Amino acid sequence: MTDASQEGGLAAVSVIVNGKRIQRFVEPRMLLVHFIREELSLTGTHIGCDTSHCGACTVELDGRSVKSCTVFAVQANGAALRTIEGEANADGTLSALQEGFRQMHGLQCGFCTPGMIMRAGVLLKENPDPSEEEIRFGIAGNLCRCTGYQNIVKAIQYAAAKLNGRTFQEAAE
Amino acid sequence: MIPGSFIYHRPSSLDEAVTILAANGEEARPLAGGHSLIPMMKLRMAAPEHLVDLAGIASLKDIRAEDGVIVIGATVTQAELIASPLLAAKLPIIPETSLQIADPQVRYVGTLGGNVANGDPGNDMPAVMQVLAAAYVLRGPSGERRVEAVDFYHGAYDTALEPGEILTAVRIPLPPAGHGYAYEKLKRKIGDYATAAAAVILTLEGAIVSACAIALTNLASTPLLAEDAGAIVTGSALDAATIRRAADAARAIANPAADGRGPAEYRRDMAGVMVARALAKAHSRASKGA
Repeated sequence: MTDASQEGGLAAVSVIVNGKRIQRFVEPRMLLVHFIREELSLTGTHIGCDTSHCGACTVELDGRSVKSCTVFAVQANGAALRTIEGEANADGTLSALQEGFRQMHGLQCGFCTPGMIMRAGVLLKENPDPSEEEIRFGIAGNLCRCTGYQNIVKAIQYAAAKLNGRTFQEAAE
Repeated sequence: MIPGSFIYHRPSSLDEAVTILAANGEEARPLAGGHSLIPMMKLRMAAPEHLVDLAGIASLKDIRAEDGVIVIGATVTQAELIASPLLAAKLPIIPETSLQIADPQVRYVGTLGGNVANGDPGNDMPAVMQVLAAAYVLRGPSGERRVEAVDFYHGAYDTALEPGEILTAVRIPLPPAGHGYAYEKLKRKIGDYATAAAAVILTLEGAIVSACAIALTNLASTPLLAEDAGAIVTGSALDAATIRRAADAARAIANPAADGRGPAEYRRDMAGVMVARALAKAHSRASKGA
């Protein structure tokens, strides 16, 4: 039976989160963002608008960027999930994107930053050397109310340059 | 916002999905990408008792060419439509439209089937399907039937889909090679529904338009096939006066609501502007051969 894994109304969710296999039994109506924050205590993923507009809850699900406020945890069953907690390099140093956000002053209040970095990571995997226009189109599902985006775009350009073995020249404004 | 409780089903075959849906009637909904349904559930505007996730059904995920028809499975995502070499070559209006839907994250998840089956007047693909003369394949407990995109929409969220039925695929007859196409959408920001939008497919023979279909998005409770506007263009050389007359014919059938996107008069006027722009772009893209 298709819902054999549901016991007492709970459904099994087995996912690989930041490289680690995790299983929980949750109500099917639990949203992925609540699963990440409340079941896994990974609170780097933020809930902003809760209506799939702002992108603060963006995580990587099987290599795609998704807004985890608009996905049920059960839909992620069997998938590989990456959150901001999995972003730093294995030795604990900052990833190219994290370094870019720091060097280019790509954040002010920081609320949108985890979503921005998760989205930018997939963007750079799909398009390792994007133009400024491609970056802006690629992060159009992530809202920032502080920066005006200028330094976020530069942060992503910085990371792209670094990952391509170049030095990003432009200074933060 | 927390949706109401439901029982989650993840069938691995279409037959199984149809059986679950049919057994639960109005209390069951299919779930594709969920980017229309889940927000409705979070607002408690929808509260299905059974959710039938279609993600495990492999047969709904492919795009294939079949004897003069392109068949697109219901759970093909907008991102997959954008990435398809077959669509880029044969039906470029589809990726052009997908790129104007929502934002990158939503396009990874949102599906063609959901976009056309939901019946939301703001969805962009229904008008595109109408200009392409597409047919929807509906599978229910008593078998399969096909409904033309032009006959599918009865009102806002009211479609030909019966409880227990799943829209499994969209069948699109191949438009002639060298056809002109455009989807022009006016929106306030990325991710917004159209203030007004127009889809155009046309074919040129020499300098004369031999066939033209025009349809409108979010300008009434259903997508609108602008038959009069298409007829005005067909047989013309698409001079400025003809474009103006076609735009006016589209304005005449538009019946938009006044909302945050503007007063009805403005949105009706923009319907004409989108038609004029889409016609000009489609014309410029059409091959002058044949």
